[in-house]
Amino acid sequence: MKRKTDVAGEAQSEGGLAFHPLDQFQVQPLFGHGPIEWYTITNVTLWLALAAVAIIFVFVVGSSARKMIPTRLQSVGEVAYSFVHNMVEDVAGHDGAKYFPLIMTLFVFILFANMLGLLPGSFTPTTHIAVTAVLGFGVFLFVTLLGLYKHGLHFLGLFWMSDAPLVLRPIIAVIEVISYFVRPVSHSIRLAGNIMAGHAVMKVFAAFAPMILISGIGVLVTPVSILAITAIYALEVLVAFIQAYVFTILTCVYLKDALHPGH
Amino acid sequence: MDLATAAALGKFIGAGLAAIGSGAAAIGVGNVAGNFLAGALRNPSAAGSQTATLFIGLAFAEALGIFSFLVALLLMFAV
Repeated sequence: MKRKTDVAGEAQSEGGLAFHPLDQFQVQPLFGHGPIEWYTITNVTLWLALAAVAIIFVFVVGSSARKMIPTRLQSVGEVAYSFVHNMVEDVAGHDGAKYFPLIMTLFVFILFANMLGLLPGSFTPTTHIAVTAVLGFGVFLFVTLLGLYKHGLHFLGLFWMSDAPLVLRPIIAVIEVISYFVRPVSHSIRLAGNIMAGHAVMKVFAAFAPMILISGIGVLVTPVSILAITAIYALEVLVAFIQAYVFTILTCVYLKDALHPGH
Repeated sequence: MDLATAAALGKFIGAGLAAIGSGAAAIGVGNVAGNFLAGALRNPSAAGSQTATLFIGLAFAEALGIFSFLVALLLMFAV
């Protein structure tokens, strides 16, 4: 995304679109305009930290009273906890429940990062493949190492379909190996791509509404366009949740494969 | 038409072609959801336990559409 500035200039000189739906994903230092080093505090840092603060607020402060009749915040925490716990038990099986803290952390972090990103003027860290790839490849590494640790070489049975005809098994094994190593890529790109696409679409509609207003028919089209933004925003709230859900449930599926590699 | 113009033109045509993939993914997602609904209406009691599978199926179908969207974005802004 660092080439964005010269691309924007290029689009202007070519007489292209006057708005840039992808500019909202630019990483900028929070203070000053210096070069971005690994320790520079950027807008990504800010919104990642805000997500962490919001999580602490809801789950630590909200449930610290532990009332018999829960307050609103406490019941939010309870609902989220039991939701993820049921998901882990259903998909990864009973012995997967040991890894519930990991799954819960992933779910809550992605959900809060997505939801905070929907605030107008905010920045969504999960739109960056760099952020989601760390999550995706982290899960992939963890799950692979766990499978190798638990089952040793039997873990490779994941790729060797023992109930397929013998002639087909090497071919299936090749396909299985490829699909296994594509997993972290699709896992991380799915999250980043979905959120990025949604935010870009909202920006396109938001720029379209004032642009069409200048022309004659704009008085009729602009209200429709604004209504469409509202509808898309509602859809994005849904997507923010569903993508967090999908990311965690796929983590559970991969975890199940590591715990029970036999087909 | 010189080479630079042809390259710029090809970029946009390629991005448009890549967008077809999004439409194909839409068909796939619709297929998953529609078949789930058809099955769920036949046996509503079993539907609740299969929502996780539904979302996994939706995610797999959707991911490929996102890949083509990504290709379009790369062509438009990165190439």
